[in-house]
Amino acid sequence: MTTTTPKAQGEREPRYGMVMDTRKCVGCNACVYACMNENAVPEGFGRDWIVSETRGRFPTLQMEIRSERCNHCEDAPCVSVCPTGASHYGPGGIVLVEHDRCTGCKACMAACPYDARFIHPDGYADKCTFCHHRVEKGLDPACATVCPTESLAFGDLDDPTSKVSRLLVAHEHKVLLPEAGTLPKLFFLT
Amino acid sequence: MNTAIFDSSVEILHGRSNPMIDPHMHIWGWEIPVYLFLGGLVAGMMVLVPLLELRTGQRSRGLQHSPLLAAVLLSLGMFALLLDLEYPTHLYRFYSTFQPTSPMSWGSWLLMLVYPALIAAWLGGLSDDTRGRLPAAARSLFTLADRFRGPVLWATLALGVGLGTYTGLLLGTMAARVQWNTAVLPALFLTSGLSTGAALLMLLPAEAERKALLVRWDSLAIVVELGLLLTMLLGFATGGAASRVAADALLSGQMAPWFWSFVVVAGLLVPLGLNQVELRRHLPMTLAAPLLVLLGGLALRVILVSAGQDISLASLH
Repeated sequence: MTTTTPKAQGEREPRYGMVMDTRKCVGCNACVYACMNENAVPEGFGRDWIVSETRGRFPTLQMEIRSERCNHCEDAPCVSVCPTGASHYGPGGIVLVEHDRCTGCKACMAACPYDARFIHPDGYADKCTFCHHRVEKGLDPACATVCPTESLAFGDLDDPTSKVSRLLVAHEHKVLLPEAGTLPKLFFLT
Repeated sequence: MNTAIFDSSVEILHGRSNPMIDPHMHIWGWEIPVYLFLGGLVAGMMVLVPLLELRTGQRSRGLQHSPLLAAVLLSLGMFALLLDLEYPTHLYRFYSTFQPTSPMSWGSWLLMLVYPALIAAWLGGLSDDTRGRLPAAARSLFTLADRFRGPVLWATLALGVGLGTYTGLLLGTMAARVQWNTAVLPALFLTSGLSTGAALLMLLPAEAERKALLVRWDSLAIVVELGLLLTMLLGFATGGAASRVAADALLSGQMAPWFWSFVVVAGLLVPLGLNQVELRRHLPMTLAAPLLVLLGGLALRVILVSAGQDISLASLH
């Protein structure tokens, strides 16, 4: 299913974000494996992951399952601390790493409040790219495509008719660590 | 999968297990604290050597090679930095760009200015004996060095302040790491650099008058550093929930014994006391105070770099 279209000439720049529905997620890890497969993520590493948080005391328990990844922050500290410009904002505000410019100094990893980055065995900082190679072709990121419960939606936050905008208007949502002040673009329906 | 139980009412099952990140961050080992220590030490020397000469109005025979020593120590620190890089052959990437929002980018370029300043400070500071032993061709170089001695000293001093400050900015500007995220850190690292720089110069064969000045300045730096540490702890203890975790780490946590024994007592209070006794009783200086100050300066960086990685904003939820 395709929810995004590539930017046409003269059209405004999209502002890509993701909406994750914690009420639908069953923690099956399909998003994790889809990502590993799509992006050839080396074994033992992960660009996305499942967190399940249980609150309360037995038998009064409440559980939230989240599929987490890079938040593609609008004010991304990983971009501002990068000494070489390897970490940068790509089209649509997707935060990307140019492997060839990265020295592996790990300042971005220290700066990321979400601990979303890791060092690829080849020596550069790596993380979720919102599958920008797919997004360029008008496809959704691999994780959103395979999710069997449709808990993941991707799209342009500035387009009021996009699926993500409509979900955010209609449902209560939160971001993780808003106190970090980085303006994350990964929203969680609660 | 990592299971972390923070209190009896919340259990988080985390599916991520990335190397260097989980269960808690450990991206920077011994290399970074050693670099921060040596960088601060060199920064202190770059401030104090010019100050001594401006104050006494004379080149120091005993300290004439100290700028060269500073350059060697800085190179050792930069070698440690190189060892930390995951992609060391991309080192040149630091110098193919300038990123104004990145303290590390400022630091990389600053280091390139520090070396010429140290070499110029060294050449202009060589004693007449040493100059006499060098080939005649070097004479014109000394004429030039003498002519610009003032500007070179002031430039070295300013670059020293920049270097010491940047080592603190590097960690202090990261909101994600509460233990580092304090505006006091640049001043703290600069002051600690001044104190360790003075300690190293005290180990060199400086003239008695200069040695006494160094002991005084070292004591002053130690007092200011104690004040800054207190300010940092007060800031953490009164700065809200996340900051309080950072305060607890140093006041009662795992790092507390190391922090209080190595940094505060052995690294600051004891050498301060020794300095005072030596000054008042006019005793010959021992190696104890400067060595303790150097140990304390290294311990401060090791403890803060490590503690900063133990606590992340995410781990507080």
